[in-house]
Amino acid sequence: MKVWQKNLILLLLVVVIAAVPLWLLPNAEFGGADGQAEEAITELNPGYEPWFQPILEPASGEVESLLFALQAAIGAGVVGFVLGRITKKSDRKGQD
Amino acid sequence: MKQTTVRTARAMALLIALLGLTTMSASAMHIAEGMLPVPWAIGWGAVCVPFVVAGFFAIKRKVEQAPRAKILLAMCGAFAFVLSALKLPSFNGSCSHPTGVGLGAILFGPMTMAVLGLIVLLFQALLLAHGGLTTLGANLFSMAIAGPILAWLVYQLLRKVKAPAAVAVFAAAALGDLFTYVVTSVQLGVINGGMVKFLAIFAVTQIPLAIAEGLLTVVIFNVLEKYSKDELRQLAVL
Repeated sequence: MKVWQKNLILLLLVVVIAAVPLWLLPNAEFGGADGQAEEAITELNPGYEPWFQPILEPASGEVESLLFALQAAIGAGVVGFVLGRITKKSDRKGQD
Repeated sequence: MKQTTVRTARAMALLIALLGLTTMSASAMHIAEGMLPVPWAIGWGAVCVPFVVAGFFAIKRKVEQAPRAKILLAMCGAFAFVLSALKLPSFNGSCSHPTGVGLGAILFGPMTMAVLGLIVLLFQALLLAHGGLTTLGANLFSMAIAGPILAWLVYQLLRKVKAPAAVAVFAAAALGDLFTYVVTSVQLGVINGGMVKFLAIFAVTQIPLAIAEGLLTVVIFNVLEKYSKDELRQLAVL
């Protein structure tokens, strides 16, 4: 099997893994695990007061999603660039 | 002229990757700012110092060992950057994201990730209000030290028993990812009690995501195995 065929199958599997919970649990909230942990701490230690606040917070959910999209875009760009470079190099030696 | 262009492009890629790393894993896993009592915050910070120092030396040694693998170091950073931006739904109805540190740990050793993780977590705490400065030590330990060490050990062990490289990579990345969250749960459980509760929140959520991270790491590894075999040999990965 060629590398791209193997990888296509693996990527499809990842999509399935991500999609199945959405399909199985139509009414779930899908909130962040870190927020739940904060709640759990407050529950277990009702007196606990966070003693330090974040210095800078994204102005809104929109700004936050901008930062996340940017993060994914930059990362994917670099990964693509490097993969492009290393695969081109070896093409000169011949393909299998 | 062409040589210079290539070199510039390479430097740029490295720079972008390092910048990229800075905001990696921006949510859903780290212990939030101010949620650790002062002695624990300081203690975890102190535990991390020797690992980060060792990490600087590890990077220097690896780059000397395999100069052409520098571009792969950039990609490991970028890979972690993408993965940590993907907040995925899990079967228990909450969301978390992979860490993406397994690939770097397998290729460059676990100590390398302590340094990269530090940059990541710092920027994230400062810019995105995820994780935090006071919880930096604890988060660094789980994500950039404990997870990568386990990933590296699993990879080495499976290679010793002659498991196929792809299988070893999958197991290493997936278990390293999962272990990060187990450590986070233990860190919170030790202080607050209710370890099972934290394990249920973090580790259980993470199971399908860890599998996804394992698969994605294999995708990249498959390409590297075919096209960058020399570099992988120099890094003693294959």
